[in-house]
Amino acid sequence: MSETAVETSTGNEFRKRRLRFDLFLVLTWVTSAATVVTLVWIVWSILQAAFPAIASTGFGFFVNSVWNPNRNIYGVFPFLNGTAGSSGIALLLALPLGVAIAIFLSEDFLPAAIRQVVRFVVELLAAIPSVVYGLWGIAVVIPIVQSWGGFLTQHFGFLPFFAPPATGNSMLTASLVLALMVLPTITAISRTALVAVPKTLREGSYAVGATRWETIFKVLLPTAAPGIVAATILAFGRAMGETMAVAMLIGNSPRLTWSLLSPAGTLAGLLANQFGEASGMQVSALMYAALTLVLMTLLVNIAGELVLRHTQKTIAGIR
Amino acid sequence: MKINSFRVALSLVAVSAAPYSAPAQTKLNGAGATFPAPLYQRWIAEFTKANPNVQINYQAVGSGTGITNFTQGIVNFAGSDAAMTDEQIAKVKQGVVLIPATAGSIVLAYNLPGVENLKLSRDAYAGIFLGKITKWNDPAIAKTNEGVKLPDTAITVCERSDGSGTTFVFTKHLSTINSDFKTQVGEGTTVTWPIGVAGKGNDGVTALIKQTPGAIGYVEYGYAKNNKLTYAQLQNKSGAFVAATAESGAATLNSTQFPPEILRAWPSDPDAKEAYPISTFTWLLLYKKYDNKEILGALKKFVTYGLSDGQKFADELGYVPLPKEVAAKSEAALKSVE
Repeated sequence: MSETAVETSTGNEFRKRRLRFDLFLVLTWVTSAATVVTLVWIVWSILQAAFPAIASTGFGFFVNSVWNPNRNIYGVFPFLNGTAGSSGIALLLALPLGVAIAIFLSEDFLPAAIRQVVRFVVELLAAIPSVVYGLWGIAVVIPIVQSWGGFLTQHFGFLPFFAPPATGNSMLTASLVLALMVLPTITAISRTALVAVPKTLREGSYAVGATRWETIFKVLLPTAAPGIVAATILAFGRAMGETMAVAMLIGNSPRLTWSLLSPAGTLAGLLANQFGEASGMQVSALMYAALTLVLMTLLVNIAGELVLRHTQKTIAGIR
Repeated sequence: MKINSFRVALSLVAVSAAPYSAPAQTKLNGAGATFPAPLYQRWIAEFTKANPNVQINYQAVGSGTGITNFTQGIVNFAGSDAAMTDEQIAKVKQGVVLIPATAGSIVLAYNLPGVENLKLSRDAYAGIFLGKITKWNDPAIAKTNEGVKLPDTAITVCERSDGSGTTFVFTKHLSTINSDFKTQVGEGTTVTWPIGVAGKGNDGVTALIKQTPGAIGYVEYGYAKNNKLTYAQLQNKSGAFVAATAESGAATLNSTQFPPEILRAWPSDPDAKEAYPISTFTWLLLYKKYDNKEILGALKKFVTYGLSDGQKFADELGYVPLPKEVAAKSEAALKSVE
């Protein structure tokens, strides 16, 4: 008798819990579906607005290097080049630096309290608004690039990357500031990945007689590689989409150039600059450029995900 | 417990959705050109001081966006440096009245320490912006500046990266005076310059010029004045070298002939000897018909104020006051709004 009573009460309890659980399930379903729908909706509306330009320029949009709204000629190759170039150089500079900082912060070279402070300061870089980076770039980086640019063009002007004339607002300036902007992303995620490496691996490495640096390069870094790759991809995505600071520093030129010391332009900067006064076909062409930027970031993320899965599979054996 | 919190949430939504009693105020919304925005804001501040029952918003979002919002009927009026084209006007059901509201000059500001009163001939400044003249001591510049020690510095041309009425007026002028410019670059709110560095907005170009030795760029007279930039005297059609002032700008505007049916014209190359070569009007765009009488009344009152008393703020803010004849034409056009 008493046993059955207990049973029914637990049954009720269970049913109640099920009910609550279901409500929560519905809620999470709705919110996650809403996210997906919003993304699809955004892409769809951009695609719709871009359609006239897609129909008239087609694939030529990506290879044509002339962007001239007053003649209705639209090609984004210089901007693709600028976006990829500035983000690529920024990563090239920030990745070794960021990983080095991450190693430093995850090892016990310094007392934990000091490491905590350093870590906090590096991560604080991410909290600075991008317009402030832009202003700082104008005040500090541009004069530096201006004074060194002359020297570079004089002595290395034969290289297409340092072809004269040297200007302060250039691809190099934008890349330097971008590198600083993505540094916290790389450092924070790489550090987390390094800290997460199982202690047993480190101990095992020491046990077979490896030095600290051998352990770092041969055991810790390969194990943390997926995290570092993820950090790189996120940083690349951030650099590609960065608008304000880059628009303030890169010189916003639609001309195709290979020189790092010449003004260049990025897709994000193009959109920010020209949308306000655009009309007719130019709006459509800008939407096409926006679609391109969205697809580029999407591709980068997909590529990153694939690399991540591949590396995870190969190191699964180690763990 | 759960249900209770839901009820609380629901009642909160209900409260926030409830209409709150609106004050007895007429609200006017406008959007458009950034160039006249400081003057319009001043007008709004002064006008609403005298007419506290009217509230006016003007958002400086750019002429293009202003025209789009105006066509969609989101705003009550708009501002545009490029007026409106016939095609754009045809899209507005209620009809459009263009009202020249104020005017401004575009100056070529430069950064050459020690060089003041630079005089640039028509060939020289067109050549600079075409990328044909690349050094400050080029003979084309030296010829009109005898006795001035011009440095062997490279010229850095500074231009606008964003679409802009300033670019539109400047390229229109260059296309008028130079056939190479017309074929190679052409006119428009955004053009592809053959050379140079671009900054966003008048302030962006101003910053570029201030920071780069050897720079030259086109900015609104008001910005150059407020930022204490040095700017060149330009050669006009008659051959005289003229500096940008309220008087030389007014001489340019006076020479403008409007077509009879619409107040839309650009003095892209004035003839008068004392006229500054690059000055332009900027327009307020109004609908021909307003359904709401309160909005119509307030708007007419506001624009009338701007065209009369409001003009006195123009000079101090770096604009060119409307010449009397043009102001009279603008007021006549305003009367046709109903």
